[in-house]
Amino acid sequence: MIRVVLPAHLKNLARVSGEVRLDLAAPITQRRVLDALEEQYPMLCGTMRDRGTGLRRAFVRFYACQEDLSNESPDEPLPDRVVKGEEPFLVIGAMAGG
Amino acid sequence: MSRIRVLVGTRKGAFVLSADGDRRNWEVSGPHFGGWEIYHVAASPADPNRLYASQSSGWFGQVIQRSDDGGATWSPVGNDFTYEGEAGQHLWYDGTPRPFEFKRIWHLEPSRDDPDTVYAGAEDAALFRSTDGAQTWQELPALRTHPSAPSWQPGAGGMCLHTIILDAADPDRIFVAISAAGAFRSDDGGKSWLPINRGLRSGEIPDQDSEVGHCVHRIVQHPSRPDVLFMQKHWDVLRTDDAGGQWREISGNLPSDFGFPIAVHPHDPETVYVVPIKSDSEHYPPEGKLRVYRSRGGEEWEALTNGLPQSNCYVNVYRDAMAVDTLDPGGVYFGTTGGQVYGSSDGGDTWAPIVRDLPAVLSVEAQVLP
Repeated sequence: MIRVVLPAHLKNLARVSGEVRLDLAAPITQRRVLDALEEQYPMLCGTMRDRGTGLRRAFVRFYACQEDLSNESPDEPLPDRVVKGEEPFLVIGAMAGG
Repeated sequence: MSRIRVLVGTRKGAFVLSADGDRRNWEVSGPHFGGWEIYHVAASPADPNRLYASQSSGWFGQVIQRSDDGGATWSPVGNDFTYEGEAGQHLWYDGTPRPFEFKRIWHLEPSRDDPDTVYAGAEDAALFRSTDGAQTWQELPALRTHPSAPSWQPGAGGMCLHTIILDAADPDRIFVAISAAGAFRSDDGGKSWLPINRGLRSGEIPDQDSEVGHCVHRIVQHPSRPDVLFMQKHWDVLRTDDAGGQWREISGNLPSDFGFPIAVHPHDPETVYVVPIKSDSEHYPPEGKLRVYRSRGGEEWEALTNGLPQSNCYVNVYRDAMAVDTLDPGGVYFGTTGGQVYGSSDGGDTWAPIVRDLPAVLSVEAQVLP
């Protein structure tokens, strides 16, 4: 079970509280987590990744296990502790004023 | 007795202001979508409970929300605004070509007769339409692919399509305005477009007779006189009596003819309202006095000040932040960057704040309920 923590604004948009849990088979990558998240919560489409290019939105970050994975390849496997459900995959709104 | 609902979009959420037909005691609900920029909230003329809101953020992009119960509850609907075919290019600020790229929806314009049909004006400039209650959107690409589009250049606020007028008499006629491309008209439901900028004079562009490049800030039409349009341009207030064939300036005795919003009285198609702003770089009222100016269609303007701050006022009023209601006497409303929403229930003779301390107001719409 993959655990995902959304930022407050996206929790409100998706109408979830707490962590989101995704039942995903290996390989567990950033792209597959985001695909599953958008499939389960279609209102999140376009809020984390550009709809056209599929690229991460500029002020969104992906963290896990105290590491910034934002600029990693979306097809790289996520850390084992995320795969095992011991650590969440964090979607973060970047510090960008406002 | 009729009720009135004023829909307010702000930098940090949407608010719904409600009152009975006397328009004295107001209830404020919100913030809805707190923390998000709400560029526009619009109601369907065909179903007063159907509302659409454009919700966006620099972090999380564009969301469209829909309410089917007058704003009590909302649901996110479609936000896929994909340009049809080749994106094409426009000019960037430095004069180099740049691809059209979707950024946000500035304005939503519901159909006059179908609650499920709504138009959306985008930055970078493009016109979209939904016929399924905003679940899906299709671009009307003839505008963005107009032969003049490669020469369009953004204004300081971005290259936004901010005004959409669905003609009151002709269902195939649409007017739009783009900063800083100008005004355009379609007579075939958006299949083709004609620049309608003849008569505009803009010191910021080298060719005064250019068919595009004018920074139109807002256009308004009275439903009873569809060929008469009023325009607040970057500088200058203008009118046309032939649906944009030719414009003439009516700035007259305004203390400044720079400004953003313009509105027309609900019952008198010759009565127009503007809020003069000192200059293009000083976005606040001249002399620190917040004054709405009213004209009877010509160049003579009277200052409306009763109830508005007449000293130390340095707010702006954005292009979509002024609206009228259709009650009798007609109401006029506007919101400021200081978070005040002012209302007048007597056509502008007297004003009172409905609410004073909202986030900066981006848009105001007024809706009369049965």
